[in-house]
Amino acid sequence: MPQPFREALASGRFLVTTEVGPPKGTDLGGFLHHVDLLKDRVDAINVTDHQSSVMRYPSLGGALLVQERGGQAILQMTCRDRNRLALQADLLFACTRGIRNVLCLTGDAVAVGDHRGARGVFDLDSAQLLDAVRTLRGGKDLGGNELVGGFDMCAGATVTPEARPIEPQLIKFEKKAAAGAEFFQTQAVYDLDRFRRFMEHARRLDARILAGIILLTSARMARFMNANVPGICVPDALIDELASAGKDKAKALRKGIEIAARAIAAIREQGLCHGVHLMAIGREEVVPEILAAAGIGGPPPPTTS
Amino acid sequence: MIRTITRQKPLAGILVGLGEARRVFIVGCGTCSTMCRTGGVAEVAAMADALGREGLQITGTAVPPVACDDLDLAVLDEQAAAIDAAQAVLVLACGFGAQSLGARRAVPVVPGVDTLFVGKERGPGRFEEICRQCAECVLADTGGICPVASCHKGLLNGPCGGTRDGKCEVDREMDCAWTLIYQRLDRQGRLDRMRRLQPPRDHRAVLRPGKLAIQPGEEEHGDAPAV
Repeated sequence: MPQPFREALASGRFLVTTEVGPPKGTDLGGFLHHVDLLKDRVDAINVTDHQSSVMRYPSLGGALLVQERGGQAILQMTCRDRNRLALQADLLFACTRGIRNVLCLTGDAVAVGDHRGARGVFDLDSAQLLDAVRTLRGGKDLGGNELVGGFDMCAGATVTPEARPIEPQLIKFEKKAAAGAEFFQTQAVYDLDRFRRFMEHARRLDARILAGIILLTSARMARFMNANVPGICVPDALIDELASAGKDKAKALRKGIEIAARAIAAIREQGLCHGVHLMAIGREEVVPEILAAAGIGGPPPPTTS
Repeated sequence: MIRTITRQKPLAGILVGLGEARRVFIVGCGTCSTMCRTGGVAEVAAMADALGREGLQITGTAVPPVACDDLDLAVLDEQAAAIDAAQAVLVLACGFGAQSLGARRAVPVVPGVDTLFVGKERGPGRFEEICRQCAECVLADTGGICPVASCHKGLLNGPCGGTRDGKCEVDREMDCAWTLIYQRLDRQGRLDRMRRLQPPRDHRAVLRPGKLAIQPGEEEHGDAPAV
């Protein structure tokens, strides 16, 4: 089993996290297959929380399964669907079941998902959720009441290094760090020069930064993300590289794997930040290949359990 | 000036609301729904025609100057016979107007519009929500721009990851409130306000449904009345 993520953060070695999305429904076969494939190859596995506001099996259940399979889970928790009572209660539950890490997110708007008529909650925001984790760690809830038994989780957050304009994003980034974020997993970065400039700012904060890498599977996907996903900017050179595969999907995927591996290797060799967070979005089976190509894969680390 | 912004329900929905009623009295409003073109003189006449084509009998129509004002509604008492002859009063005024009217006469009221928000007319036919009456004003820290009303998620601590070139991911025509707040605070040299962690909102600030009774004498002292 990988070491506790907080210890990994303190180890100073180059970290790798990845993510898996729970299924739409009750068939956990594919999800568990991906967890088993990845749990010993990465430092931690994020479990997404109704990503893009699409209703799925809960992240809490998914994170529990990651732990049960011997992995190190990062529970993604958004403020979209739960008020402060429910968020705190789920954190208490997670803590008692061995989930030690939580990624505090505001959450996508309900209006972009598959239950568009639902009400978005947003009783707290991501910075306030981080502060809530810290409050629970201090032995109290947000109502100021004493908790019986201890509580501890390692809290993380996200940041978008390529947001335009960047200044308001940086202020919120600093607020999240001040509210107790021990690590950040960034939105996808493709232009490492821009990322380097972001890191000049980020390095001043006492938090570990894991650069987000989204696997590109085709030129079409890259163009779609440029047009539709805020904070993502895939440079033309990379789109051209993907497009050189023509209509051969397998070849385009190979190009995407190469691009991701190249970025990870460069980030590591140049010491740009403390690690990477690899998002394969449905192509989790190629994550080991990407890591191997980046010189990170290799044999799984020995398990202690 | 703030207005209650309304949108007319589709005719099919209005007919469902009217149910078995065959005789209908129609009430509009000379203020907000006239401006929104949902319940002015012209819209009330058009609705009477439309319901007539559906075979309903219109016992009368009225467009009081301010449909939420009890004094204005007193004018309708002159048409009491026509109203009481109806099996339903179709109200092309906001929820304030419909409820004021419903409390006044025994005939059931049926809304012909949906009340969207309390907003401001930014230009001819363009309305925007700028205050949500949240009972805990944060404008001092946000450059006078309200994130509760103007940010889609009502966030208090800065933009989410869905902002793009100063626009909101939910609607690319919609400004990102936090980009506007940042720009204004920057111009004012007050970005320290944005760097403060805003605590979660206190929803006890007003117990819904809101009620307020000003005690005699309190106005002179400017004390906050008990909510």
